[in-house]
Amino acid sequence: MNATVRTPSILPGFGLTLGFSTFFLCAIVLLPLSALVLKTAGMDFSRFIDVITSPRALASYRLSFGASLVAASVNVVFGFVLAWTLVRYDFPGRKFIDAIIDMPFALPTAVSGIALTTVFAANGWIGQYLEPLGIKVAYTWIGITVALTLIGMPFVVRTVQPAIAEVQRDLEDAAETLGAGRFYVFRRIIVPTVLPALLTGFTLAFARAVGEYGSVIFISGNMPMKTEITPLLIVIRLEEFDYAGAAALGVVMLAISFVMLLAINLLQVWGRRRMMVRR
Amino acid sequence: MAGPANSQELLAELATRPGHTNLRSTLVRWLLIAISLAFLGALLAAPLFAVFATALEKGWQAYFQSFADPDTQAAIRLTLTTAAVVVPLNTVFGITAAWCIAKFEFRGKSFLITLIDLPLAVSPVVSGLIYVLLFGLNGWFGAWLQDHEISIVYALPGIILATMFVTFPYVARELIPLMQQLGNDEEEAAITLGAGGWLTFFRVTLPRIRWGLVYGVILCNARAMGEFGAVSVVSGNIRGMTTTMPLHIEILYNEYNFVGAFAVASLLSMLAVVTLVIKTLVERSGYRRR
Repeated sequence: MNATVRTPSILPGFGLTLGFSTFFLCAIVLLPLSALVLKTAGMDFSRFIDVITSPRALASYRLSFGASLVAASVNVVFGFVLAWTLVRYDFPGRKFIDAIIDMPFALPTAVSGIALTTVFAANGWIGQYLEPLGIKVAYTWIGITVALTLIGMPFVVRTVQPAIAEVQRDLEDAAETLGAGRFYVFRRIIVPTVLPALLTGFTLAFARAVGEYGSVIFISGNMPMKTEITPLLIVIRLEEFDYAGAAALGVVMLAISFVMLLAINLLQVWGRRRMMVRR
Repeated sequence: MAGPANSQELLAELATRPGHTNLRSTLVRWLLIAISLAFLGALLAAPLFAVFATALEKGWQAYFQSFADPDTQAAIRLTLTTAAVVVPLNTVFGITAAWCIAKFEFRGKSFLITLIDLPLAVSPVVSGLIYVLLFGLNGWFGAWLQDHEISIVYALPGIILATMFVTFPYVARELIPLMQQLGNDEEEAAITLGAGGWLTFFRVTLPRIRWGLVYGVILCNARAMGEFGAVSVVSGNIRGMTTTMPLHIEILYNEYNFVGAFAVASLLSMLAVVTLVIKTLVERSGYRRR
């Protein structure tokens, strides 16, 4: 019986480690997540639809998705430039720059939230130059986008970096020798190689941005219908002790997470297959 | 093929050859470097400097004074306590999960890996919400817990559980690909030569995975100490009691106590810097992320 479940091995500890990890996984992750789903399943269906399609909820989806989409797109452009600079060029401080790319992973979101608000406020270091141009960053959707760009940045750079290193230099050189211009080489050799990584990075950054809470709430101003993201709406529902309402919105967020996870996995499979064909 | 007639033509031809730097490629190079630096400067460096500048706005004395506040000290203690419980537990989980996934072939393995990664995809607010639904007053175990006077939500256990959920995958994700790549040969040799399971793990496996382990643990720790959204939902924000450092930053900030808020933020920023330094040192030692 056991042999059909797993391939035999002389190494010990299979039962112990599998048992412990499965137990821990169930207790910490699966049981609480199923509580969320079951709580919502116990809700009246029409009430569920009312909650998740209320004007305030719809406005928050628009903001969360819109800002995350813009932030992830900005990251694709600048993330590519950053990754390119770090892989291809040598300049003083390159190693230092390479190390601080991961800063948003290590920096607590509350810290980046208050710091970005300070810098981009009307009297902040950067905000004071944007204000006369009529660009208000803090307490608008632009500020939210800036915060989401910061937390998504390392995802794009770290996914694209190895892909750029994979681009075969001799192919580029051959194309140039045959008379191709730099732009042609970029469009026909570099972009096709890096594309799966760029899309994966985009999806990772987007998935992280949609659920982000800590760095956004300080810079967003939190005006209902205007600058209120979906995670914040969940917190507000909880503070009103509307557990069912919070759970319904939570299920929407969870469904989005699953779709994103699926998209990321499919993109990675696609990217790997493309790599295989090229070799 | 007609070669270049004189040295000037030769130079002109060389300049068009691939790999040769000319004025345009040099300009493009410095333009791209400038764009990269400006992007990082505005998004990363400026906010980081702003943390320390604001914390020291009123001088060193005011900066150190803000740590004399008992509520701030309580927040620091709570954060350290939480990390001290969460990080070891998730480390043990990470090692056991990596052992069974990397060393054995069994059905449902990739499903297990997907489940371990799940918390990374869930919004922090949802991560907190699920524990409120489970242990809160109207939750599944709410009535039972109240009868037995056990508080989980709005107390330390809830904070620990939410933090554990959020940092759950960090060690396992680092160790699984590493151990898969290292293979089973050395462990199998040790077992064949008569070593027991524990001896094999501590003497053969552990030395080979130590850098990956350090890497996972420091990232897990940084996230555990800095988590905001999930902890904010379960903590109830009782000042001096259930506020971790990030939550205490929010309270001070909303009271316009900027020196206090940014002083606490400066501690967490230093933690982030130390994390990055250790991470870079680990990478220097030859460890490569997979």
